[in-house]
Amino acid sequence: MSTLEIKDLHVSIETEQGEKEILKGVSLVINTNETHAIMGPNGSGKSTLASTIAGHPRYTVTSGSITLDGEDVLEMSVDERAKAGLFLAMQYPVEVPGVTMTNFLRTAKTAIDGEAPKLRTWTKDVKDAMSKLKIDADFAQRNVNEGFSGGEKKRVEILQLELFKPKFAVLDETDSGLDVDALKVVSEGVNRAQAENEMGTLLITHYTRILRYIKPDYVHVFVDGRVAEQGGPELADRLEEEGYDRYVNANA
Amino acid sequence: MSETTTHLPEEKARIGAPSIPGFTEEGENLSPLNDNASSLLGGDSTKGHSHGGGVGVVDSSRAGRLTSYNVEDFAPLTGREEDWRFTPLKRMGALHTAELTGAAPKVELLGSEVAQLSTVAADDKLRGVALKPEDRVSANAWKYAADASVLTLPKSQDAGHVRLRITGESKDAAAQHIVVVAEENSEALLILDHVGSAVLAQNVEFDVREGAKLTVVSLQAWEDDAVHASSQQASVAKDAAFKHIAVTFGGDLVRLAPSARFTGERAEIELYGLYFADAGQHLEHRLFVDHAVPNCKSNVLYKGALQGKDAHTVWVGDVLIRAAAVGTDSYEANRNLVLTDGARADSVPNLEIETGLIDGAGHASTTGRFDDEHLFYLMARGIDEKTARRLVVRGFLNEIVQQIGDDELQERLTETIEEELAATNN
Ligand SMILES: Nc1ncnc2c1ncn2[C@@H]1O[C@H](COP(=O)(O)OP(=O)(O)OP(=O)(O)O)[C@@H](O)[C@H]1O
Ligand SMILES: [Mg+2]
Repeated sequence: MSTLEIKDLHVSIETEQGEKEILKGVSLVINTNETHAIMGPNGSGKSTLASTIAGHPRYTVTSGSITLDGEDVLEMSVDERAKAGLFLAMQYPVEVPGVTMTNFLRTAKTAIDGEAPKLRTWTKDVKDAMSKLKIDADFAQRNVNEGFSGGEKKRVEILQLELFKPKFAVLDETDSGLDVDALKVVSEGVNRAQAENEMGTLLITHYTRILRYIKPDYVHVFVDGRVAEQGGPELADRLEEEGYDRYVNANA
Repeated sequence: MSETTTHLPEEKARIGAPSIPGFTEEGENLSPLNDNASSLLGGDSTKGHSHGGGVGVVDSSRAGRLTSYNVEDFAPLTGREEDWRFTPLKRMGALHTAELTGAAPKVELLGSEVAQLSTVAADDKLRGVALKPEDRVSANAWKYAADASVLTLPKSQDAGHVRLRITGESKDAAAQHIVVVAEENSEALLILDHVGSAVLAQNVEFDVREGAKLTVVSLQAWEDDAVHASSQQASVAKDAAFKHIAVTFGGDLVRLAPSARFTGERAEIELYGLYFADAGQHLEHRLFVDHAVPNCKSNVLYKGALQGKDAHTVWVGDVLIRAAAVGTDSYEANRNLVLTDGARADSVPNLEIETGLIDGAGHASTTGRFDDEHLFYLMARGIDEKTARRLVVRGFLNEIVQQIGDDELQERLTETIEEELAATNN
């Protein structure tokens, strides 16, 4: 079993008006085989948490810690984090000019595993994973995310999740912008990755719909850079009915 | 990053322009290098013709550009001329003023049984078959070329891969003239492989006759101190296909001007280019596609990468669709990728259309930086910074490399790109 532990994390960004604190003391413990859902109003800092875990240079950790089985994640470069088994499915996946999906997937897989995948099985793995996620085979020849629709980009994030087999995945609104069928296809992909790799999942979402497919063990309510409440799956249903008013007002 | 040529003239400047996400459309970057104090010499708004006399033609329409075999017809250069304003004349090795009597680079034919190389006298009638100097340096080269190398690609034969190795062995200012005759229905892939070092004013002409298919790769793989100004002009006859690929990465100053003119219908011209400028290098490409006859097709795509202090690239793409050229389909694009601070890419697409009866015409120019978000995305998938950078640049330039169609050369270019990249990485 592996553990990803976030302790009293404070994160700021540089803005034109100076430094702005976005995360104001976040603590979370996620074990492999667990699914944690994070829900919270727009601008509450969910993507900030996700990007900070992945190591985006825009975010500065001012205090607190992130550790993976006791190893200091904050000391690692972005690529080292990925190699250590962390994966971020981005809310807005970036289009990378000039690099084909095929080339990208193989290069990333080689980097993560520390050795090149066996060509024959790899090609087959990619093909199979694509077809399960209902991604057209043509996409392999296209540049990374270039011109992909919103939903297609999300599927391709999950494709990577399945191929790279991380220990922990942070899914930042992977369900947003997906049609009903795609939501199901993508959820199945996440569930497969969990089942096969004992993956731990941090699922950021605004909707309970995806939680019907990917069952959370814990739900955390994120408000103004902090976890305002935690509970089991039933908390999500309550949020759906009542919204965040209670927390936001309490906070104000 | 694929291009389309299907849109209508009205939409020319927009469609397909910012097709690289994360890249801003810069359009025309018109800041001149040379002091442009004198407005008498005109700018982009100057239209009209200038006749005779040979005084520096101040005409932004490509149709009115002075051409002459006589160097005296061109006024001495000041650096403020429309077509010289980006070029650092001081670094030109006096190619525009000197007597070009140095030894011309050695020309050797490699790798073809079919193609024939010969040397003819400077007054041979083949000279000028497809070329008429369009600037002072080219006219100076015309004047001083002692002879001409003629490469013949015989009628109805496939000459395969033909390499002309052009080796510079002297730094004395020299002139050189090369004529390539692609006879009727011939086929060839010709590599002009410029190596060594030279201070060279060069004219290369391509007579692409009816039904011929000629691909030319002009490779500027000079040593760091070379100076090379080259006018490469093609006339492309009925049903012929001419593809020109400029590949420039070596030399202190390279100024290459490929021009291609249609002389018969249903012909096709493709001009591609790839350049990689390092610290201090000036790499300039000025191309011209002249649509003077109906129903022809042209496509232009140049891609450049820049890195290091004072790396400077210039791309000027003139496409002229004359009144007679109905049914033309044309597209031109230039894309630059700036890898480090201190490098500068100038990019000026000029599309002139004198008839509305065309199938399509468009232009695009983008200059982008290698973006931190691209880097983050790739690194978040475990790819280290160096590999990520390489992946993007290689991918960016590969679109042109793939056009070449010669495995050995492609391999060599891929290696060169790797070396260039290795040189930047801290
Ligand atoms: N450059 C910036 N300048 C000022 N504020 C910023 C900047 N970048 C981010 N922020 C703020 O940081 C806060 C947290 O943003 P974040 O993207 O983490 O929110 P989120 O919870 O993911 O929201 P959403 O549900 O809309 O995705 C927001 O209030 C946002 O406006
Ligand atoms: Mg967000």
